[in-house]
Amino acid sequence: MAAIDLTGRIGEITTSDAALRRFLHGLPGVDQVGADARAADLATRSIKTTAKATALDLAISMIDLTTLEGMDTPGKVRGLCAKAMRPDPMDPTTPPVAAICVYTDMVGVAKEALRGSGVKVAAVATAFPSGRASLDVKLLDTGDAVAAGADEIDMVIDRGAFLTGRYLDVFDEIVAVKAACGAAHLKVILETGELQTYDNVRRASWLAMLAGGHFIKTSTGKIEPAATAPVTLVMLQAVRDFREATGRQVGVKAAGGIRTSKDAIRYLVLVNEIVGEDWLDPDWFRLGASSVLNDLLMQRTKLATGRYSGPDYFTLD
Amino acid sequence: MAARAAGTVWRPTSMSRLDVRKTYKLYVGGAFPRSESGRSYEVTDAKGRFLANAALASRKDARDAVVAARKAFPGWSGATAYNRGQVLYRVAEVMEGRRDQFAAEVAAAEGLTAAPARSAVEAAIDRLVWYAGWSDKVAQVAGSANPVAGPFFNFSVPEPTGVVAVVAPQRSALLGLVSVVAPAVVTGNTAVVLASQTMPLPAVTFGEVLATSDVPGGVVNILTGRVAEVAPWLASHMDVNGIDLTGAGLDDVDLEAAAAENLKRVRRPADPDADWAADPGTGPMLAFLETKTVWHPVGL
Amino acid sequence: MGTVFEYAPAPESRAVVTLQPSYGLFIDGAFVDPADGSAFTTVNPATEEVLAEVGEAGAADVDRAVKAARRAYTRTWSRMSGRERGKYLFRIARIIQERARELAVLETLDNGKPIRESRDVDVPLVAAHFFYYAGWADKLDHAGFGPHPRPLGVAAQVIPWNFPLLMLAWKVAPALAAGNTVVLKPAETTPLTALRFAEICQQADLPAGVVNIVTGAGRTGQSLVEHPDVDKVAFTGSTEVGRLIARAVAGSRKKVTLELGGKAANIVFDDAPVDQAVEGIVRGVFFNQGHVCCAGTRLLVQESVADEVLRSLKRRLGTLRLGDPMDKNSDIGAINSAVQLERIVTMSKVGEAEGAQRWSAPCALPDRGYWFPPTVFTGVSQVHRIAREEIFGPVLSVLTFRTPKEALAKANNTPYGLSAGVWTDKGSRILYMAQHLRAGVVWANTFNHFDPTSPFGGYKESGHGREGGRHGLEAYLDV
Repeated sequence: MAAIDLTGRIGEITTSDAALRRFLHGLPGVDQVGADARAADLATRSIKTTAKATALDLAISMIDLTTLEGMDTPGKVRGLCAKAMRPDPMDPTTPPVAAICVYTDMVGVAKEALRGSGVKVAAVATAFPSGRASLDVKLLDTGDAVAAGADEIDMVIDRGAFLTGRYLDVFDEIVAVKAACGAAHLKVILETGELQTYDNVRRASWLAMLAGGHFIKTSTGKIEPAATAPVTLVMLQAVRDFREATGRQVGVKAAGGIRTSKDAIRYLVLVNEIVGEDWLDPDWFRLGASSVLNDLLMQRTKLATGRYSGPDYFTLD
Repeated sequence: MAARAAGTVWRPTSMSRLDVRKTYKLYVGGAFPRSESGRSYEVTDAKGRFLANAALASRKDARDAVVAARKAFPGWSGATAYNRGQVLYRVAEVMEGRRDQFAAEVAAAEGLTAAPARSAVEAAIDRLVWYAGWSDKVAQVAGSANPVAGPFFNFSVPEPTGVVAVVAPQRSALLGLVSVVAPAVVTGNTAVVLASQTMPLPAVTFGEVLATSDVPGGVVNILTGRVAEVAPWLASHMDVNGIDLTGAGLDDVDLEAAAAENLKRVRRPADPDADWAADPGTGPMLAFLETKTVWHPVGL
Repeated sequence: MGTVFEYAPAPESRAVVTLQPSYGLFIDGAFVDPADGSAFTTVNPATEEVLAEVGEAGAADVDRAVKAARRAYTRTWSRMSGRERGKYLFRIARIIQERARELAVLETLDNGKPIRESRDVDVPLVAAHFFYYAGWADKLDHAGFGPHPRPLGVAAQVIPWNFPLLMLAWKVAPALAAGNTVVLKPAETTPLTALRFAEICQQADLPAGVVNIVTGAGRTGQSLVEHPDVDKVAFTGSTEVGRLIARAVAGSRKKVTLELGGKAANIVFDDAPVDQAVEGIVRGVFFNQGHVCCAGTRLLVQESVADEVLRSLKRRLGTLRLGDPMDKNSDIGAINSAVQLERIVTMSKVGEAEGAQRWSAPCALPDRGYWFPPTVFTGVSQVHRIAREEIFGPVLSVLTFRTPKEALAKANNTPYGLSAGVWTDKGSRILYMAQHLRAGVVWANTFNHFDPTSPFGGYKESGHGREGGRHGLEAYLDV
């Protein structure tokens, strides 16, 4: 018997702010100290030799290689796409990354550059990163990305609405954006750094999943803190509980603040021990990052050659 | 070292190896800047012979030091008591390693012979060890669970007050200095210290020890200069929460009046030259602690 | 669907530890063989490999040790200023930190606990205890026991095998800080870190006789406790032996503190943060293989959430890694001895016979060594032996309750009173339960946390006296 049995109840829960609040606030609380301790414990796992090799390749294959700068140009995006398809020019056994993540107006360029490869194009939309715009603007933004060929849309939730308890508005917005996605997959960015408490993270995760998101994502990467191990742990527990309650599997993306291979591998350990191998696949877990790719390649090279490498041997773009 | 009078021609008195002399600067925010005013002043030994030029701190240096201390406060007060104790113990370790250097500086500054100078340094190191050991005990001695008459859990805990300005003793260049700085910071306060005006050099060397002992930058800031020039700016500063006027001498009444503007916690020991070797008791620490009392109902 | 992510072996290196083939007793600052040459062996419980031969102290050796402690007390230690005593303890703390890896590996080899625990929990706490009490040595006037409290003299200390070096720290640090000298007997299955500690005392130049280590088993402990020139007896171990000791010292001038067994209730309410509560249950009874006197061995779960909590718990237990304690990824290590394993196996059979339902985590057990999988009994009643008797292994008994008052009554319904746990989101309820639980340590929304500043000890048959904190000084002062 599932802890939270939602069979047939989702419509009932989402009739009003009050109903949604009762449901979301009725979820078990999260003890912050306990969650931090569990994440810290899992960070002590020692991943060596064959396990490390598996983890490095898996991590690379899960990366959404990202550029979200005001100064992005087609040239920059093309360079990134080339790296996405072939991260290490010296080692063709290196897997490609999962996706490129760019702003809406760069989707076309990315699509063209990645043609024929399996690397997907994810677009951030809905007035990313702040989300402070009208729903119409957000839907237009989403529509543009979809029309340009985006495979995935990374939207942001309205944190202002969430923090004032207007859960139904947050819910309705996600539903509307999902509709605008068409066949594209929807990732819902919670911006956990602004939600601040783990209780809020759990509630926002559930809200996003109830509204139909394919993935829940920690952060925009534009504020600190971005992804952290405990926040990701709470989100992994949420997707685990959601699948148990509804039968639907939702993915998790940790974005921002992932700088070293060690960080990346720690996230994989979290996935492994909290939700298990069903999620250990680029279809169900992603790492939103850019600079960590080179560190992963360096570690990979060290495992293969036995020597520590240096930045000169890996491309910037 | 050669004696020197103004206007005379200076000649080295011996032909042996020339010392590389230390420059004595301020210690602010974990770094060693000169005074922003560019000024310095002559420091002489007990017999009036030249020792070194020390930085002459200005009100702007004092202002910058307060900014550094405030910035360091959340990290230092947020560290565990165990961690703060470990850091202070490390300061003692590093001081022990530089015992001879300190002894020479204290002897020169205070006009002591070798043996009493060495004793003073050893006492200063032991004083630091004493305070290191207080870090995780103050709460047990100064805090309490209070048996209020009602179904409430009521407890009182000591908390550091914030940024503390310290006017260090004028005549005890190291032991006195440590005895006013350590109690302020062991509980989590950060400090801006004005060293003895005439005997500032051991304080600067003490700053070097702090800089190499895992003490985060800004937790202790050391200014050298004139009490009459700098102390009033610290006493009147609205972002300073407490002030120790041990070394203020006759200026202390005016300074205390200036401190009243934002109700600083003021410490003004009756006898600024009391025996520094004696057990300090808990007073110097309690002077810069607040007590927070919390109530919570007890019920199903 | 996804990738299988198996962790490759990640062994900690044994090279950091050098083991001698045999060890003597540590008396009066030097290692000496027992007068009659008796010895016993200590094994690695994970592999059954003999680690070393260790001297077995007879009555004559114990007498020598007590005399050395007395001499050191009278001539040196009681005359030394608190300040200087404190500095010795600071030195010892520092050396422990410097040799931390070596001590952790040695502890794991001799005890069977995972290296991750000895490295991340045991050894850091050991250093912290010495640091904490070092700081009290010259502040006894401020400790709330009146001006100039005096030490007792010579302390006889007998410690168990579950946290060998940590239990040594809990005994030696406050005793020395207060000005006493000690004769300590480590458990017979885990003598090695105590002997390494003796080497650390030598490195710190601790005056001879202040710390003495007499290795041996029950007879050695008895000689020590019954020695007429001992002023203080401190014992941590089973309630059964604690009773014998209390009887043995009755009527004598010896002050005694005892830290004995427990059968702690871990109470989970319907509003508990479930994921963290499950972690707390696991930490409460399965880490350190359940060899913890304050383990939360009785799960009292509110009936309305019992199924959910148990399902979550079993899922979590399925991810525990049992195996080579020297592997950095092992969560559960070996049972400390064949004797202890026998006890656990027997009691588990009793549980089944009593009618409870047994479930064990599906772990593969290594061929050699002493191993037992994390085990949960559901459908347990108060009258079952597995709900009343201390098993001292990774066995959890699950009972239910309906209301807070019922939980309290069940939790307190035991001759033991060492610890208890409370899991709820409601602050006032935490404080109410804490107020009414008859236990020396109450953990709320956490479990099995220790700190040198935090007093630890039991009510009722779990012993008397407190270790840790300012309160921990009382046991070693004449107050």
